[in-house]
Amino acid sequence: MSMPLPLRYSDATLRGILSEIRVMAMVGASGDWKRPSFFAMKYLQRRGYRVIPINPGRAGTEILGETVYASLADVPVPIDMVDVFRSSEAALGVAEEAVALVEEKQIKVLWLQLGIRNDAAAEIAQAAGIQVIMDRCPKIEFARLSGELSWSGINTRIITSKVLKAPRA
Amino acid sequence: MNETEKEPEPYGFATLAVHAGARPDPTTGARSTPIFQTNAYVFQDADHAAELFNLQTFGFIYSRLTNPTVSVLEERVCALENGRGAVACATGHAAQFLIAATLLDVGDEFIASNNLYGGSITQFGVSFKKLGWNCNFVDMTDPDKLRAAMNDKIKFIFCEILANPGGVVLDLAALAEIAKEWGVPLVVDNTLATPYLCRPFDWGADIVVHSATKYIGGHGNTMAGVVAESGRFDWYQSDKFPSMTQPDPAYHGLTFAETFGDFGFSMKMRAVALRDFGPTLSAQAAWNVLQGVETLPLRMERHCANAQAVAEFLSEHPKVAWVSYAGLPDSPYHELANKYLPKGAGAVFTFGVKGGFAAGETVVNTVDIFSHLANVGDTRSLIIHPASTTHRQLTPEQRDAAGAGEDVIRLSIGIETLEDIIADLDQALAQT
Repeated sequence: MSMPLPLRYSDATLRGILSEIRVMAMVGASGDWKRPSFFAMKYLQRRGYRVIPINPGRAGTEILGETVYASLADVPVPIDMVDVFRSSEAALGVAEEAVALVEEKQIKVLWLQLGIRNDAAAEIAQAAGIQVIMDRCPKIEFARLSGELSWSGINTRIITSKVLKAPRA
Repeated sequence: MNETEKEPEPYGFATLAVHAGARPDPTTGARSTPIFQTNAYVFQDADHAAELFNLQTFGFIYSRLTNPTVSVLEERVCALENGRGAVACATGHAAQFLIAATLLDVGDEFIASNNLYGGSITQFGVSFKKLGWNCNFVDMTDPDKLRAAMNDKIKFIFCEILANPGGVVLDLAALAEIAKEWGVPLVVDNTLATPYLCRPFDWGADIVVHSATKYIGGHGNTMAGVVAESGRFDWYQSDKFPSMTQPDPAYHGLTFAETFGDFGFSMKMRAVALRDFGPTLSAQAAWNVLQGVETLPLRMERHCANAQAVAEFLSEHPKVAWVSYAGLPDSPYHELANKYLPKGAGAVFTFGVKGGFAAGETVVNTVDIFSHLANVGDTRSLIIHPASTTHRQLTPEQRDAAGAGEDVIRLSIGIETLEDIIADLDQALAQT
């Protein structure tokens, strides 16, 4: 089997998502400060997003001031975006859950983290009208689009003669 | 089925040389990159400070690690190399140190081309040895010699694509293939070629290092080094790189490859090696280099055109014994230069004067446009006798292997008027 082509998302698409969404459910959120999901949750909270942690093993506890739920179905508020910090294999199950809840929770975006890709998951989510991003990190993309990533010498590929604005500015 | 959008057309090299990393200052609208002459940056509050120290957010703490002027240079060079992340530091030697310090543990090995700048051969072969980092040198003009010298303890392969003191071009794709076979990064010193002539990442290299003191800055007035990573090396393919794939005791157990993905190496180099060893680039120096790099494509075009013409002039001069310039059709590296350096074979090369060292000394002493000094990649034309200077600490065998034997004169051709450069060499040769 040949390697799939790398996924391309335009800056306009990513900026559009990060400008629209307000509440995200983070599936696979960890309370360990050294874990990437904790980094992302803390960063995104600071940028004005509400991040609701989903982790069956920690349900009922709190991470960064938010109650942890066992599943998406348990979240008592609408969810704009589901951010998945699970393996590529597990992403299909999360997509199925999101599709089942698309009306009830008003889910608009399924976002699989950096290194995570599951084409079957993307297919069923898109068929249900959910926009899908894979193999990206919303924290890194927010930082890239707002110019913060440049502060670490990272190639943002953003050339502009305008003052760069953060997606939620 | 998936949303696979077309990537926007990449910008041209000259656009990147002027713009990459430098957007208008959000506070003042300043269009030229300001010189942020500050040691430190106030935190928004205690929590923000903690986030910064934990690397949970992006931002500035202390200019030993990051500075907004230096960051622009980092992104600029990274974009020109078509890389993912970059770290700038005080010098090219410091840049090489940061790579080694990030990848090597005491007792580890790496392998380097023997066609290197003499200072690099000494740094790797003598000074690194004191730290327990062992370098084997091999003639990489024959990739099979590299293949035969590889072993499981080697953590990276190091070469100069266009070697100093000149004339030698390596088969980058063949070396990258060997690096891939052994699952180790290929580190390429791209100082003499610059990304204008060659982008090593396009040929499979994983890390590029620059002495930005040379063409990147280009005006012979500022020291700087840069390391860029392609973002495509898989640190998890073996257990050879625990510093990338295991929790780091120097950072409270953070795992760099996992947390930062395809720019994990840059983050690790900055957050640990640059932080702990401290070869920081100053904001003023970064600004000087930024000023220079804007004209990199214009300068390289002229450097290469002048060098080609000077090499042709010398190759036909009755007092010249030989010329080692890959742009000449009879160079053994001409074919490789056509492949890897199609826009020009660079502007640093060597030649031998009939009459050996004494005649060479006369040339060095009697030139009037050329400056006799130990540097390359200046707007000015430069001349030196490597055996007694830049390659002095090497053994005669090492010097010969590096193309810096007794009769060798190294030129770094500037961007002056070609006729003046040639006339200067001609009058100097006439006195031998």
